[in-house]
Amino acid sequence: MPEETQNSVIRFTEKMGRYTVDAIEELGIYGALFGESVYWIFFGARMRQPVRISSVFAQMMEIGIRAIPIIALMGSTIGIMLAIQGIYSLRIFGAESRVVYGIALSVTREFAPLITGILVAGRSGSALAARLGTMTINQEIDALNVMGINPVRYLVVPALLAMVVMVPALTLFSMFIGMYSAGLYVGVDLDIGMAAYIDQTIDILTLNDLMHGLGKSLIFAVLIAIIGVANGALVKGGAEGVGKITTRAVVQAIIAIVITDMLFAYMAIQ
Amino acid sequence: MTATAKNEEQAPEGAPEGAPKGAPKGAEVIQVRDLVAHWGPRKILNEINLEIHEGEIMVIMGGSGSGKSTFLRHLMALERPTSGSINVLGRDIGSMGVREMFELRKKIGVAFQGGALFSSMTVGENIMLPLHENTGLDRMTMEIMARMKLEVVDLAGFENLMPSELSGGMIKRAAFARAIIMDPKILFCDEPSAGLDPVVSSALDDLILRMRDAMGMTIVVVTHELESAFKIADRITMLDKGDILFTGTVKELKKSKNQRIQNLLNRQTEEDTLDPDEYLRRLTGEELGKGAAP
Ligand SMILES: Nc1ncnc2c1ncn2[C@@H]1O[C@H](COP(=O)(O)OP(=O)(O)O)[C@@H](O)[C@H]1O
Ligand SMILES: [Mg+2]
Repeated sequence: MPEETQNSVIRFTEKMGRYTVDAIEELGIYGALFGESVYWIFFGARMRQPVRISSVFAQMMEIGIRAIPIIALMGSTIGIMLAIQGIYSLRIFGAESRVVYGIALSVTREFAPLITGILVAGRSGSALAARLGTMTINQEIDALNVMGINPVRYLVVPALLAMVVMVPALTLFSMFIGMYSAGLYVGVDLDIGMAAYIDQTIDILTLNDLMHGLGKSLIFAVLIAIIGVANGALVKGGAEGVGKITTRAVVQAIIAIVITDMLFAYMAIQ
Repeated sequence: MTATAKNEEQAPEGAPEGAPKGAPKGAEVIQVRDLVAHWGPRKILNEINLEIHEGEIMVIMGGSGSGKSTFLRHLMALERPTSGSINVLGRDIGSMGVREMFELRKKIGVAFQGGALFSSMTVGENIMLPLHENTGLDRMTMEIMARMKLEVVDLAGFENLMPSELSGGMIKRAAFARAIIMDPKILFCDEPSAGLDPVVSSALDDLILRMRDAMGMTIVVVTHELESAFKIADRITMLDKGDILFTGTVKELKKSKNQRIQNLLNRQTEEDTLDPDEYLRRLTGEELGKGAAP
């Protein structure tokens, strides 16, 4: 093998090695941040550093309530889209009345959690990263530290708690609105009344399906919060750095969500 | 344990070795021993030793990039040193538990370079934040205390504005008010006059002097501006590339025969006569680096 090729192979291997180490290190940081957050939730009060309920509510407002319109829009469009596609494909077998199965299961188990997770990642995960990043650069995080205010307790935990409450809540909302708007379409196309559609849906769905969707969304919530905050805290450089980590946080969160989703789907059929 | 305690009690009596005559004889509130610090692989501070006494204004000087801010961050326990020890108010900060650290931090105040006010809160809320989080005081009392500190920094009546509505000098002063809200024993300031016009920066110098005189605070100021340093310093420490070149009073500094100190002093007093481009170039440290090389 010519020496040059050999060198470039070595260089490539070295680079990959370094990326792997960096990635593992970053995973470690995320894990530690989550651990520390849990610590402050349980022991904060004892250290006279309680988590303020008012800041949790402020974050819930921002992450949850303000996201309702967009979740409603996305949830209902996807519901209708599923109904259209479902009826279209099932008609080939003359089984279009079975479309309710497809809608109920795929909305609760897949679409509602996934779409909600991705939307919240784009909306609030990025905002979280940008806020933490700006605060880090302006030395506001240092200022909290020297004032004896733990930044994890003061900033991270409220965001994490708000996510953990609001993402499943939004997911539940998305499930209902998705199935309802699908029902409207099915009603018109297949001439099934709304009451019959709802009855059928309730028959099809089990608690297990609901928990599958909500359980996933809970994990998505943690991923969005931790990835957003950690990226913000690791910001380098000025305003440009904040822009970079904001994008990075959203991309990472969406990748993490999709991979988790796949793992969930795989484990569910085992 | 007892041995260290004894040492600490004795420390105030015997002035540190080679201490200048004019230096204040207050107890030592900060002791730095053989402090070595790195950023990644790069060594930034090289076995720093320094004592800071109660009630004095210690100015840490040095060119841009000489490690002043890094040193200050170590004194505030925001960074962990590679080796060496830092003793603040009689306690070794390296071996402190979380709870002790909270207690210590109630006794120190910091005015950061850019102010570091929280942009989502009003000036008043910013200043009350340490009280709100660290004490059980009621809102009324906190507001009164905040208003008192705002008066100290000549910002009375500004408590309901947002930080974005303040000028650069006002932000610095608000940051001072927040730093002293808990009546700290030690106040740290990083580059208080950076980015301010001479009139405003001179007013800030007066404010620093007033805080020492009125409240007996120990104040550690980082700056690269000679004029300001000469005006406020009880003692000056000269940092150069991670080494302490000199520690002593302003008078002693001016008399120093050390060539590197004279170089640094002369170069910086030249600033007034330099054209702006040259001044900027030197501020970035290029010229300093070249000049200091033997
Ligand atoms: N967060 C950091 N990460 C890496 N290097 C840093 C960091 N902060 C400062 N440095 C480096 O340490 C050196 C000293 O910086 P600093 O203490 O800010 O100097 P000064 O305040 O005297 O201008 C500089 O060369 C700077 O590049
Ligand atoms: Mg600096």
